[in-house]
Amino acid sequence: MLTFTIRRLVLAIPTLLFISLVIFLLLELAPGDPMAQVPLTVPPEVKERMREALGLGEPVHIRFVKWLIQFFWIEPQVLIDNLFGTSLSEGKLRVLSWQTRSPVMDIVVQRMPQTLWVVGMSYILGVLIALPIGIYSAYKQYSIFDQVGTFISMIGFSVPTFFTGVLLIVIFSVNLGWFPSIYDTTHKVTDWDSLVFQFRQMAMPVFVLALYNAAQISRFMRASMLDNLNQDYVRTARAKGLGEKVVVLVHVLRNSMIPVVTVIALGVPHVFGGAIITEQVFKVNGLGQLLIGAIEANDLPMVQTLTFIFALLIVLFNLIADVLYGVLDPRIRYD
Amino acid sequence: MTEPTQKIAPGSGGATPAGALTDPIPVAPPRSQWRDVWDQFKHHKGAMLGGIIFLLIVLLVFVGPLLWPYDATYIDIRSRNQGPSFAHPLGTDQLGRDTLARMMAGGQTSVSVGITAMLLALFLGSLVGVLAGFFKRLDGLLMRMTDLFLALPLLPLLLVMVLLFRDPLNAAFGPETGIFILIVVAIGVTSWMPTARIVRGDVLALKEREFVLAARSIGTTNTKMITRHILPNVLSPIMVSATLGIANAIITESALSFLGLGFPPDFPTWGRLLFDATDYLQQYPERVFWPGVAISLTVLSVNYLGDGLRDALDPRIRGR
Repeated sequence: MLTFTIRRLVLAIPTLLFISLVIFLLLELAPGDPMAQVPLTVPPEVKERMREALGLGEPVHIRFVKWLIQFFWIEPQVLIDNLFGTSLSEGKLRVLSWQTRSPVMDIVVQRMPQTLWVVGMSYILGVLIALPIGIYSAYKQYSIFDQVGTFISMIGFSVPTFFTGVLLIVIFSVNLGWFPSIYDTTHKVTDWDSLVFQFRQMAMPVFVLALYNAAQISRFMRASMLDNLNQDYVRTARAKGLGEKVVVLVHVLRNSMIPVVTVIALGVPHVFGGAIITEQVFKVNGLGQLLIGAIEANDLPMVQTLTFIFALLIVLFNLIADVLYGVLDPRIRYD
Repeated sequence: MTEPTQKIAPGSGGATPAGALTDPIPVAPPRSQWRDVWDQFKHHKGAMLGGIIFLLIVLLVFVGPLLWPYDATYIDIRSRNQGPSFAHPLGTDQLGRDTLARMMAGGQTSVSVGITAMLLALFLGSLVGVLAGFFKRLDGLLMRMTDLFLALPLLPLLLVMVLLFRDPLNAAFGPETGIFILIVVAIGVTSWMPTARIVRGDVLALKEREFVLAARSIGTTNTKMITRHILPNVLSPIMVSATLGIANAIITESALSFLGLGFPPDFPTWGRLLFDATDYLQQYPERVFWPGVAISLTVLSVNYLGDGLRDALDPRIRGR
C-alpha cells in the first residue's frame, strides 16, 4: 500500500507539470496586453521596460520555468516564513498579480476562508443529508419515500445552481426579506447576534450547494446500497439471527460506503469549481469570484495560479480517493 | 450394473425423426433487440414522460417562432416592462421585446448548442474509446491522455478558452456563428472523457468474443471490423452518454452565459436571458422564472430519458 501511494505520488508530478504547461501555453495565446491601460503619452521604450519589469520580455520557456520556480519553490518558503517567523524568502520575487501588483498567493489566502466556509459547509451538509436518504430509500426500495427521494434528487441534479440560487433570492430576500441576498465578507463574528447574522447570510448559498451535492451523493449511496442488499452475506447475517439494524447499518453500510467514500473524495475539487457560479450568484467574495474577476481584467498570473490550484486539488483528491479505496477495500490492494 | 436408459439405435432415426425437426418452422422473424428495448422503455413512466416533454420543447422552440407573430429582436419601446397579457403571454422585457419570442429563440440556441456539443463529444469519445480498446498500441497513450483531461479544471479552462478565442473567431465567422462554434467546440472538447472510458471498456470485452474471432478468420479488415461489428455493439452505452451529454452541454452553456462569458447580449439563450433578468430581480422577479424553468425542465426530461434508456438497454433488467 505504501509503495502504491509513493508510486502514485511520483506519477502525480509529471501530470501536474503537464497541466501547468497546458494552462501556461493556453494563456500564452491571450490577446490582452497588460500595458493597455497605460496612457498613450508614455513613450514606447518606457512601455517596453515596464513590460520587462512585469517579466514579459523573456521567451516562453524561461517564463514558464520562472513561474514553476516561483510557485513550487518560493511560495512554500513564504509559507514557512509566515508559520515559523523565519526569513527564507526575503528579497525573492513572488508570483505577482497584474491587477493589484501584490503577490497572488496573498490574495488567494485572503479569499480562501470565504470559499472554505461556504463551500466546505455546504459539502459537509450535503453529505450528511445524502447518506441517510440514500440508505433509507435503498432499504425501502420503491416505497413512497424512495419515489419522492429519487424524484427530489433528480430535480436537485438537473436544476442548475444559478437558477436555484436566483429563485431562493427572489423568494427569501425579495419577497420575504428573511435572508440578505449579498454575502458580507467584512462581517466579523464577535458576539451572539453577529454569529446569527453570519448563519443567516450563509444559509442560502450553503443550501443551494448542499442540495446539489446531496442529490448526486444520495444517488450513488442508493445504488451502492442496492448492490449490496441482495448479496449472500446479507442473507447469512440475517440467517444467523442478527437484528435488522445491525445487518443494514453495520454489514451492508460498511460495504456500500467503499465506492461512496471515493465518490465523496472525488467530488471535493469539483465543488470548488462549481462554487464559482454560486459565489457569483450570492456575491461571495471567494476564490471563484477572484477567478472571474481576473479573467475579465486579463490578469494572467492570477488566472494561471488559480487554475493551477484547482488542478492541484483535482489531482490531490484523485490520489486520496485511490488510496482510500485501497485502504477501505482489502480486495483491492494495488501491490 | 446400471440400467441403460432408452437406447437410440443408430441409423433407425429415419422412421421417427428427432423432435426438433418436426417443430413448425418459425414464420415470423425473431423479435429484434430494438423491439425489446422499446417494450422495456415504454414501461418506464418517467422516461416516457421525459421523452415526450423533451420532444415537445424541441418542437416548440423550432416550430414556434414560425407561427408566433413577434420577432425575438423586435423592439417596441412603448410597450416595455409589461406583465402577462393576451398579446404577450409572458410579458415584455425592458426594451419591449416579447418574452415568449425570446424564450423560443433562446431555446433554439440552447438546444442546438446542447445537441451539437453532445454530438462532438460523442464523436471524440467514441473515437478515442474505440481506438484505445481496439488497438493495443494506442491504449496506454490514449488513456493517459484521458486521465490528463479528467484532471483539468474544466469550468475555469472553459472560461479561459472563451476569453481567448472569442475575438479571433468572431472576426472569422461573424459574432453569432463565431461564438456558437467556440462554445460548441469548447464544451465538446472538455466533455468526451466519460464516453471514451465506457466505450473502451466495452470494446475490450467485445474483442474477446467469438463473433469477432469468426469475422477475423474470414479476413475482415480492421476498418470493417470496427464499423460493422464493434460500433453497433457499443451503441447502447453511447446512447446513454448522449442523453447525459445533452443535459451537461445545456447546463454548461447556460452557466457560461450566466457568468457573462457566453453569447452576446443581443443574442438570446436561456442562460443569457436568466443573466439579464437578474439585473431586474427586485422589480420583476418573475422574469427569472421562465428561462430557469425552461433549462431545468429540459435537463430534467433529458435525464429521465437517459435513466429509462439505461434501464431499457441493460439486458439484465429487461423483462422485469
